[in-house]
Amino acid sequence: MNSVGEACTDMKREYDQCFNRWFAEKFLKGDGSGDPCTDLFKRYQKCVQKAIKEKEIPIEGLEFMGHGKEKPDSSS
Amino acid sequence: MVKYFLGQSVLRSSWDQVFAAFWQRYPNPYSKHVLTEDIVHREVTPDQKLLSRRLLTKTNRMPRWAERLFPANVAHSVYILEDSIVDPQNQTMTTFTWNINHARLMVVEERCVYCVNSDNSGWTEIRREAWVSSSLFGVSRAVQEFGLARFKSNVTKTMKGFEYILAKLQGEAPSKTLVETAKEAKEKAKETALAATEKAKDLASKAATKKQQQQQQQFV
Repeated sequence: MNSVGEACTDMKREYDQCFNRWFAEKFLKGDGSGDPCTDLFKRYQKCVQKAIKEKEIPIEGLEFMGHGKEKPDSSS
Repeated sequence: MVKYFLGQSVLRSSWDQVFAAFWQRYPNPYSKHVLTEDIVHREVTPDQKLLSRRLLTKTNRMPRWAERLFPANVAHSVYILEDSIVDPQNQTMTTFTWNINHARLMVVEERCVYCVNSDNSGWTEIRREAWVSSSLFGVSRAVQEFGLARFKSNVTKTMKGFEYILAKLQGEAPSKTLVETAKEAKEKAKETALAATEKAKDLASKAATKKQQQQQQQFV
């Protein structure tokens, strides 16, 4: 899968490979410590955050998990 | 007005397989509309949960009538954020996904909870809720309000006109000249229409602000 930053795709794939291994073999089995992918992640993030700024993608200041409030079934 | 969706799905795989697959599902034969995928935030919390934010870009496929109505939206892909919490201790995952552009046209929000299937512990169930909303609803309400207000002010003019001509036909001397009475009625109608327009403008801007507020979240 491609990154939104064309130059970042290889870095993304490298990070993804590392993450997927750690996620299945360590994290899901209860060992959430020692993330071996931090360097790869930093490198990838530097690239992708730059691309996001260049493309003016508005990801800033958005609360995690969106609104978090209980939404009604229907409202006017 | 918000359209609400509630659904449930089952995957005949164990929760850990599903959670691992969640990060590897793109690309697949059914995701041709998904153009890019990026993790833009990730952290492990002290209580061993994985928080992630994924940025997706997807094609913006609209029916032809919508392309004609909203030509400015056609050229732009949709940016979507997917926030997720993976809790391996409780064997659950929660996701919240929504679009961060084209929001003035339509916002779709989806909340999923993944957990072990209640009938079969080797399976995983997904409870999915979604809310589809559009600020265009606010615009149509403002148009209706304005239409009603203008109609009411025209009714006033109609009745005043009737009263005037009836009085004239029944030989009553009109208390004012034709020009003065008509001018007075016109002024009154103008005031009513102005007040109505202000109300409609206020409604429309409230609808727009409400949408804007829903998009602008506070800093974490």
